[in-house]
Amino acid sequence: MCVSTRLNVLAHTMVPDHQIMNEEEVSGLLSLYNITNEQLPKMYHDDPVVKTIGAKPGDVVRIIRKSHTAGRAESFRLVVRRPKK
Amino acid sequence: MPSPKRIGRIEFGLLSPKEIRTMSVRKIIWADTYDDDGFPYPQGLMDLHLGVIDPGLRCKTCDQKASECPGHFGHIELAKPVIHVGYTRLIRKLLRATCRSCSRLLLLAEEIEKVVGTEDEQTGDVLSEKDIKKERLCPHCGEQQLKINFEKPTTFSEIMMEEGRKVEHKLTPADIRARLEKIPDADLRHLGINPEVARPEWTVLTVLPVPPVTMRPSIILENGQRSEDDLTHKLVDIIRINQRFKENQDAGAPQLIIEDLWELLQYHVTTYLDNEVAGCPPARHRSGRPLKTLSQRLKGKDGRFRGSLSGKRVNFSARTVISPDPNLSVMEVGIPLAVANEMSIPVQVTSYNIEELRQMALNGPSRAALDQPCGANYVIRPDKRRLRLAEGNLETVAEQLEPGWTVERQIRDGDIVLFNRQPSLHRMSIMAHRARVMDGRTFRLNPAVCPPYNADFDGDEMNLHIPQTEEARAEAAILVAVEENIRSPRFGGPIIGGIHDHVSGIFLLTNHTRWFSKSEALYLLKDIDLISLPEPGLVRDGEPMWSNKQVFSTALPKELNMVFKASSCQNCEVCKRELCERDAYVRIIDGKLESGTIDKKAIGAFDGQIVQRIIRQYSMKRAAEFIDDITHLAIRSIMFDGFSFGIDDEDLPRTEHGQIEEVLNAAVLDVQRRIKIYEDGQLEPMPGRTPEETLEMQIMQVLGKARDRTGEIAGRHLGLGNSAVVMAVSGARGSMLNLTQMAGCVGQQSVRGERIIRGYDERTLPHFQKGDRGSDAHGFIQHSYKEGLNPTEFFFHAIGGREGLVDTAVRTSQSGYLQRRMINALQDLKVAYDGTVRTTGGRIIQFRYGEDGTDPMKSSFGDPVDVKGIVESILKEEV
Repeated sequence: MCVSTRLNVLAHTMVPDHQIMNEEEVSGLLSLYNITNEQLPKMYHDDPVVKTIGAKPGDVVRIIRKSHTAGRAESFRLVVRRPKK
Repeated sequence: MPSPKRIGRIEFGLLSPKEIRTMSVRKIIWADTYDDDGFPYPQGLMDLHLGVIDPGLRCKTCDQKASECPGHFGHIELAKPVIHVGYTRLIRKLLRATCRSCSRLLLLAEEIEKVVGTEDEQTGDVLSEKDIKKERLCPHCGEQQLKINFEKPTTFSEIMMEEGRKVEHKLTPADIRARLEKIPDADLRHLGINPEVARPEWTVLTVLPVPPVTMRPSIILENGQRSEDDLTHKLVDIIRINQRFKENQDAGAPQLIIEDLWELLQYHVTTYLDNEVAGCPPARHRSGRPLKTLSQRLKGKDGRFRGSLSGKRVNFSARTVISPDPNLSVMEVGIPLAVANEMSIPVQVTSYNIEELRQMALNGPSRAALDQPCGANYVIRPDKRRLRLAEGNLETVAEQLEPGWTVERQIRDGDIVLFNRQPSLHRMSIMAHRARVMDGRTFRLNPAVCPPYNADFDGDEMNLHIPQTEEARAEAAILVAVEENIRSPRFGGPIIGGIHDHVSGIFLLTNHTRWFSKSEALYLLKDIDLISLPEPGLVRDGEPMWSNKQVFSTALPKELNMVFKASSCQNCEVCKRELCERDAYVRIIDGKLESGTIDKKAIGAFDGQIVQRIIRQYSMKRAAEFIDDITHLAIRSIMFDGFSFGIDDEDLPRTEHGQIEEVLNAAVLDVQRRIKIYEDGQLEPMPGRTPEETLEMQIMQVLGKARDRTGEIAGRHLGLGNSAVVMAVSGARGSMLNLTQMAGCVGQQSVRGERIIRGYDERTLPHFQKGDRGSDAHGFIQHSYKEGLNPTEFFFHAIGGREGLVDTAVRTSQSGYLQRRMINALQDLKVAYDGTVRTTGGRIIQFRYGEDGTDPMKSSFGDPVDVKGIVESILKEEV
């Protein structure tokens, strides 16, 4: 194990900006789209980005990407536990 | 909106022997079907308790007639248990995971807990084969475990060590069943099996259900003989062997014979369930055709799922060969009278249309000619009874007609119909056209709508459907109509536009400046709906004359302003604009073509700049009318001068021939020189390449250049007076490369981008020296198609041509499967009213469609706003 030289995935150019949303933002998001958090796209708790930003299952992560069509696009993902194979 | 009901869970279970016996109405013991009188044997495979297929007989179970009785299951008691092929995997897993003596899981409670979790906190995981360590002692009874071998299709054996040698000991299905029976319910739960619905021993059959006769009907051949269904044949085999097995068993036959019969019974049951199992020869019909047994009925393209349930056949459809008719509008389709007479549209009788419909009923089903009014084939009474209209009953039925009835009238001009060509790869593969009843036996369509259907007229067939309800017709007219689908959502540009002759024709009309007399101009514009000619551009000898650009401009909308470069544009360093000697600088001001040539870039399918601008500035409908006008005008202009191509169009004068020969000889010499340098070891390799690779690249380059030079020489002689040049320059068909190959030199043939090297040892053909690296020994064709190829050239050409054919064949099959998978993955997604992309369950896939919410079909080649177009139409000049 080479813990000291571990890659910070957030620094990679291909990895977009990830932010953990607070409860208020999440409830605003859910009411905006009239959905429950189960209807959000998901990401696994052991995703390298999720581990780096310290999100826990149940958190919602805001992802801000560069977009070919829109210039800037926001997406939201619910962190869930990865089911074991 | 989530769907009103949600599926909470789905439970899969096995049929237990008890259940099989309960649902059975009859024990089947005889392998025979019918007796000599054609009556089913009692307790035979066609027993009347299993349902009836012969009309007149009644089912002995439910007392219903053949049409109503759904059929009932019977059963066969098997002499000895046999394994169900479908569950061999599960059986293998269970045998390997449990003890051979006490049948408990080969794990301690703690070990199980590690995977499955505790009672209160379950991980949702189940145990798998991998969680069990190999060849260990049972933690419960201490028994030494043996390795279980599984051989396809249904053989299980244990490996024992005897005197240091491995000995395989076969497990009979009865042994296996005994072991499975002993597995405790609690252990099964850890393995992901619910013992209440699926006890593992049920995977070893002791009793076999016999499906009702309704799902294996026998057919009576023309000669009066009965032909049984494949399933019945297979069941006959099973019963016969089962019977023999029982007899032998009762007679106390030797173990060897019993084992053989057991295996035979296993084979028959296996092939009855699945006749395509690996490691098992398929059971065959007497003719040698493999039998279609249970699994084959379900699997594959023509199976129950893909063939019968997902695939539907419909009424009110027609299929025939297509042929072109440039006089039709793109929005129309020509329908043969025979088809139009057969197909119908239901019309409700009201007090407003009763007279009209009465007349149709009176006209009856036989419309003999195009000029006759349409008739009707059926009328439907308010009690849903259908009356067929025929010669005899026309007057009486027409008399009875009153509001509340429905008349199924024939197709007539203007009816909306759906037109489709397979493969239906995109939405434009099905479009709604207006019917036009015609003579002949083919569907007719305007060649301009060929690109969306990807149709041509080399024998293509297309399908036609008649929408039957008002809603369907409205939907077809508003959403599916041709004029609503001119633009492709693939690239946001027009997919319908001029092709081939339309492009050549409009190019010939608009290239440079020509003047037409009044009669000539009117000839060209005959098909365009024109109120008056514009002011003549010139008066010559007292005769008013109109320029070719004026003639073309009559088809343009009055306020159109655009500037662009035609396909024939050479992308010069400095654009000479209006002074372009190729007349490629197109400028349209206030709906008048000021300069430039109209060609593929302006009106072609896939490019169609003008079409695109008209759609954005006016409407799809206006664009469709423009396409109609332009195609009609183009056809008239190409007929005005005439257009043809022949072998003498590739003739070159002697001087050009000499030049071409010179160029080719020089190239061949150059290649030889380079080979010499290489063989002397003097060749400087390019970075990252071996000397051989460098040489090959140089040779390819030299020969490629030589071919292009011959093209240039040929091109110098062939000007716009040559039809092939016109087609290539206008973008109608072909390219200058094709022309080079016809008149100049065919050039290097290649396989995978390299010169041809395969063949014999160190040479491609025995006609060459070993190790010859010369141009002609590796597929360079010096001749042109017109001159003809020599035998070695011809052979190399065939090699190169074959590669192209193989590539297309592979590509189509691969992309077809790719498309199928993608459609299956995406078919239920839709854009909700809030702009999100969602599944049927309301789960969000994208928060905004395409991240910018732009409909690609309404975009301008991908951009939501066509800034250049808007600025151009206001400033009236290039930006």
